[in-house]
Amino acid sequence: MSRALEVADKVLEMVARAAPAADAEVAVSDGHTALTRFANSFIHQNVGEADLTVMLRATVDGRAASSSTTAVGDEGLERLVAGTLAAARLRPEDPDWPGLAGAAPVPDVDHYDEATEFAEPAERAGIVKAFVDRGEGLLAAGYCDSEGGTRAFVNSAGQRVSGRSSRATLDAIHQVGETFHAAGKAHATSSRLADLDGSAGGARAAQKARDSAEPTELEPGRYEVVLEPECVGEMLSFLMFYGFNAKQLIEGQSFVALGERQFDESITLVDDVTDPRAIGTAFDMEGTPKRSLDLVRGGVSEAVVHDRRTAKKMDTESTGHAIPGGESWGAFPENVFLAAGDTSPADMIASIDRGLLVTEFNYCRILDPKTQVVTGLTRNGTFVIENGKVAGAIKNLRFTQSFVDALAPGAIRAVGNDARFAAAEFGMGIVHCPTLHLASWNFTGGARG
Amino acid sequence: MEELAEAAVEGAIDAGAGYADARAMVTRTESVDALNQVVEGLRIDESSGVGVRALIGSSWGFFATQDLTTSAARAAGARAAEIARASATVSGAPMTLADVPINQAEWATPYTEHPFDVSLAEKGDLVVAVTRTMQEVAGVALARCEITMWDTDKYFVSSQGHRIHQHIVESGGGMDATAVGESETQRRSYPQSFGHYGTGGYEIIRGFDMPGNAQRVAEEAVALLTAPECPEGVVDIVLESSQVALQIHESVGHAIELDRILGWEAAFAGTSWLDVNKIGSLRYGSDIMNIKADATLPGSLGSFGYDDEGTPAQSVDIVKEGTWVGVLSGRDSAAVAGLPPGGMVRGDGYNRLPMVRMTNVGLVPGDSNLDEIIAATDDGVYMATNRSWSIDDKRLNFQFGCEVGWEIKNGKLGRMVRNPTYTGIGPEFWASLDMLGNESEWVFWGVPNCGKGQPIQSAHTGHPAVPARFRNVRVGVKG
Repeated sequence: MSRALEVADKVLEMVARAAPAADAEVAVSDGHTALTRFANSFIHQNVGEADLTVMLRATVDGRAASSSTTAVGDEGLERLVAGTLAAARLRPEDPDWPGLAGAAPVPDVDHYDEATEFAEPAERAGIVKAFVDRGEGLLAAGYCDSEGGTRAFVNSAGQRVSGRSSRATLDAIHQVGETFHAAGKAHATSSRLADLDGSAGGARAAQKARDSAEPTELEPGRYEVVLEPECVGEMLSFLMFYGFNAKQLIEGQSFVALGERQFDESITLVDDVTDPRAIGTAFDMEGTPKRSLDLVRGGVSEAVVHDRRTAKKMDTESTGHAIPGGESWGAFPENVFLAAGDTSPADMIASIDRGLLVTEFNYCRILDPKTQVVTGLTRNGTFVIENGKVAGAIKNLRFTQSFVDALAPGAIRAVGNDARFAAAEFGMGIVHCPTLHLASWNFTGGARG
Repeated sequence: MEELAEAAVEGAIDAGAGYADARAMVTRTESVDALNQVVEGLRIDESSGVGVRALIGSSWGFFATQDLTTSAARAAGARAAEIARASATVSGAPMTLADVPINQAEWATPYTEHPFDVSLAEKGDLVVAVTRTMQEVAGVALARCEITMWDTDKYFVSSQGHRIHQHIVESGGGMDATAVGESETQRRSYPQSFGHYGTGGYEIIRGFDMPGNAQRVAEEAVALLTAPECPEGVVDIVLESSQVALQIHESVGHAIELDRILGWEAAFAGTSWLDVNKIGSLRYGSDIMNIKADATLPGSLGSFGYDDEGTPAQSVDIVKEGTWVGVLSGRDSAAVAGLPPGGMVRGDGYNRLPMVRMTNVGLVPGDSNLDEIIAATDDGVYMATNRSWSIDDKRLNFQFGCEVGWEIKNGKLGRMVRNPTYTGIGPEFWASLDMLGNESEWVFWGVPNCGKGQPIQSAHTGHPAVPARFRNVRVGVKG
């Protein structure tokens, strides 16, 4: 039995002794994280951590309180249990308390690699070296990280599950010049550190940086665009958090209209922890098995993700997407796959008379969740396309654009055949997506404002 | 706990580190939030552990453990040194540390009422009552209220002889009302968006008088749904002080972080448009722009006694009469740049590597007040309370949205406008600053969620600000 499950069982027993009538949910994470960070082409920060965190939600007469601790000795756990129960008794009654998840099997997935959880700093440094070495004369910056561990969940309704997962990411840039004025980006994420190819990433980022060395200014306006996976991943993260989230829907803040064709028919978006490429475990923070969901099928919005609280309000069942803090934020899908198409990015570019190729978005912030109007900037490689070819680099542009409108019926010219995990706002290894060719994007500002 | 930090440092030095320091910390957090009269979240969190960093060659190695035994702390120190040594595969010039005073000291946040002495029942009653008052206004769909309080004990030990214990208490919160229309939502918040926080006890939360402001906030949210759109154009804008604070945070605070200027944050947070060779000569803004980074301000969220390198809190001039004169720095970055260390390095808990963070970066007040500023404006928009914020990776090109605006015509506030946004380039924008509120309107705004670093760290920062006027600004950018 894993240490995580042992600790979870122990806390559940302690709650049962202290308050036999209380409902309790115990979630334990036990693992290792490490990150090797580099800038100016050398490693300057190199960190590691061993962490075991216990989260307890206890409910007394429909009054719930949540606590967490890293103090996992007997004294710390006793304090956790006593404090949680005392807090629960003091809070106002919760009319929306949905009760506990019952015992249920979880999907049989294995997204764990022991070598990744226990990777030595020398292994990450080797990947960093391979990246840096491909950028002779350039300034490299970024990180390579590795993490892994066990999650366990038990509750007083009989649910008792555990699972392991791991993840590794290389996310880095090469830059031109001492003023960091142009950069190119590479990103790779996998459940296995061994899958990361520092040399390939370094070559790609270095080429982009060199191609970006002498950017010109371009007048803002509406342009046809080719958006690489980092851009698409950012868009999908916002659609998930603010849209395909049942809490936002209940509150009237989501754009999602279930059953309606809100997107181009080329868009099919699923959340599926059973996909062999996925990262994470197969149950959520409430112990509910993660259900594979078609969020969008052929452009039609078909589902939103639920935790137990939103499911009760909408008279349905949890989809297994509860997250820490979900009482306030709602549920969130962590295994999002946008179906790839059959067009190569090169063919997309070849089909465009005048447009832009964008590597990555930066600092995106939503102006209104219901319209999904977001402002942000381009970063790490923005290029103008003329007569089917990349004609040169341009300085970063600001955009103010509705992400829903950008993907609306008829707005997508092509879907790429290059799907992979993309770096995105809410974490790595969450969104897997290809390059998209869109009919129009609203750039509202340039280097001069 | 101090002996754990000592053991960790010893472990690192014995394993070959040239320098090592450690923080042994216990942090307790309480938070309560309500939506529409229902307490959605009630959390009590405790984290405790030791984080040790070891310097070897050009790299910091860092390791954190929650095992509170001296043997585990010592092993963590050795592991930190081992991690630092592995960086030699991709090494740079050896890193040195600027000299600082070696202190053995105690420091504690002054407070009147410890936040954990107030019962959870009272806290729950407060957030529920505030949302009830907001919900009583017809048209309010979502009424939220949240409070959060932290209590941190931190023991710092370095291989150079630092021995410092600090007890830091922080409190704050906020509320917002959202009205939902056919095609958009409108929100009003108080005291500022995402809450306002400070160092101190529960007296901070009582001082907000959230119940007394709930009805006004709710009414404004509803009114925004039918207000006209903020017009597009180039006009003078007057910013309410919490929006000025956000403007400072994004377009000054991050830009002056020395680690960003040196490229250490290039891949994630970004770099800066500033060049250290231009300190003392570069124009950042107009003559009335005076910015300080002052970690000694009583009650402000970025205040402390010593930073996480043991350097005493200090007040540093950043912009003086419009000229850039200072940076935010730590011992390593200051040594590289040949500047004095500013005592501005902090880590987000025991398990994160300390890095350059804002303290209280804010404006020195001017000599006007908000009424006078509006009276002196012929044609403009008064904007209040941040709703969206975005700025490029060099901290130049920004676009901010506010929750609410009011037209200014001939020196008087006119009709309310919705979706006010403004955009610009940092130094051009600050050069257009021509009126500032005075000391009576000076608020030490607190931001509890400043993100930076990898793994991501969230810092607590303060931003003294007053209302301010900026000339000829582009407003009303639409999607």
